Amino acid sequence: MKKNNRKTQVALTILFTVLCILVVYPFLLLIGISLSNELDVAEYGYRLIPKNLDFSAYIYIFENPRAVLNAYKVTSIFAVVGTFLSVLLISMIAYPLSKKGLRGKNAITFYLYFTMLFNGGMVSTYIVITQFLHLGNSMWVYILPGLISPWFVFMVRTFFQGLPYEISESAKIDGASEYKIFFFIILPLSKPVLATVALMTFLAKWNLWYESMLYINNDDLISLQYLLQRIMQNIQMLQDASNNINVSSLLSASKIPAETVRMAMAVVVAGPVIAIFPFFQKYFVKGLTVGSVKG
Amino acid sequence: MTNNLPLEKKRISIITKRKKLTGDELQLYSLCAIPMLLVFVFNYLPMGGIIIAFKNYKFDKGIFGSEWVGFRNMEFFLKSNEFAKLVRNTLGLNALFIIVGIVAAMAVAILLFRLKSRLSTKIFQTTLITPNFLSWVIVSYMAYALLNPSYGVLNSILKFVGLQGIDWYNTPGAWPFILTLAGVWKCVGMDSVIYYAALMGIDSTLFEAADIDGASNWQKFCNIIIPSLTPLLSILTIMKIGGIFYSDFGMFYQLTRDVGSLYNATDVVDTYVFRTMRVIGNMGMGSAIGLLQSIVGITLVLTTNWVSKKIDSEIGLF
Repeated sequence: MKKNNRKTQVALTILFTVLCILVVYPFLLLIGISLSNELDVAEYGYRLIPKNLDFSAYIYIFENPRAVLNAYKVTSIFAVVGTFLSVLLISMIAYPLSKKGLRGKNAITFYLYFTMLFNGGMVSTYIVITQFLHLGNSMWVYILPGLISPWFVFMVRTFFQGLPYEISESAKIDGASEYKIFFFIILPLSKPVLATVALMTFLAKWNLWYESMLYINNDDLISLQYLLQRIMQNIQMLQDASNNINVSSLLSASKIPAETVRMAMAVVVAGPVIAIFPFFQKYFVKGLTVGSVKG
Repeated sequence: MTNNLPLEKKRISIITKRKKLTGDELQLYSLCAIPMLLVFVFNYLPMGGIIIAFKNYKFDKGIFGSEWVGFRNMEFFLKSNEFAKLVRNTLGLNALFIIVGIVAAMAVAILLFRLKSRLSTKIFQTTLITPNFLSWVIVSYMAYALLNPSYGVLNSILKFVGLQGIDWYNTPGAWPFILTLAGVWKCVGMDSVIYYAALMGIDSTLFEAADIDGASNWQKFCNIIIPSLTPLLSILTIMKIGGIFYSDFGMFYQLTRDVGSLYNATDVVDTYVFRTMRVIGNMGMGSAIGLLQSIVGITLVLTTNWVSKKIDSEIGLF
């Protein structure tokens, strides 16, 4: 029995090791290609282990950092601002909804809930945003739409409801206003759920590309992911604007080690995400399980 | 406490409470105001914009200036050849994703659950979850590295074993499998977490009792594990069926790199609406298709929720 058990454990470990290699392999492949020599790629195709180690793809990116740095800047700004506003506004509407006996509570809940059931669709959203709100080509188009996700509102509300009622009650007796209770008592007590919402929102914002494609014509305002998408078709996006003016550098565009630079860009974009987010995994897991509590 | 109050007094206090808003209530409502306004602007205004579906929308004339065409947009779409293809692709691919996705997630969860070492469980789980954090743009780069016809790893392998390379981005037949695999690759870790949590919640005495009775692993699987996952399984399946007419736009747009020769196998409602809007520029048509999708969507969600409540009153989504 015991021997059998050990065999199972070994088999399971091997199985999962193989699965994990399959999961990690594509990422290692990107790194491998990005460190290859362009000529080797042309001759032998993409390889996990480069024939000759060659950093020229990365050197190229660091010599032409403008587009990448700009996209990093734009993405960081809207991800941070968007996440902050999202968490703040979600809690602001979740708090009254967590109050027992507040008049109109059900109406507000339905008002939010209905947006989960029905939406205007891609086209009318596009027209409202571009023709009525005139948010095209502005940073706000990344931030404002979708700021209040009903799913998160209900999740945060459920958390607020679970907080001991006595705390806010005693504060009220001491003369604290609802604003004070909300900002100085409820919010600090709710860090776990707010962190979950913040991380999930931040990740979603960080991975935005659709908004750039749809609403942004200005290359200085595109998101990191969209820059990556564009590079697939047009590697010259990476060329510094200053270089681009003179003809000699236009000629040199054909000398860009396109295959390896593309993959190096993918590594530069994906690297930080892979390095950082797994450490916050437990918050994402919590978001899954807390979210499954019905509202 | 309030029960001790005389009835009259209690009634009066209720009435006066009804009448005027207290300061506290005003503060609570004011907290709601900005979020509710934003929801109105970004969720309800577009719902009003649905009238575009009944118009021949022209940008220069605007929503109100464009001429009415009634149901002509919908009629045109429902009669077109695209309609059957889109329904087939959307339903077929989603059904494939749901079945394979659930089986894979449950298998991973059950096998992880059987792993004794806490450390390796943690390492494996973290690794499997990681792809979930990547955008479809990055995943499309990975797919490209594997599938590129001239440099791709897959074709290198095919050539190595003496077969012909395949022009993947020109072979629609392969894409249901590629999309499914990519979906599982990206999501299986995160999806398995919820099943794993359910397994961890099983009373361990059940397993001990089974051991004492000399139950085999298979018997434990059939009689303990499967029954305890069934409620979760049914609710997750039902929820996914509710969304079966919607697709992950990023996956379809990025992975296929929007290559026209693949549309026959990979075009779904969302990608078609997108192209109707951006490439063809027919706003009225795009909006009409979106509206049909929403109507079918809301019907399915309400129906599936009703069904799940019939099964178990505890597990409805709302």
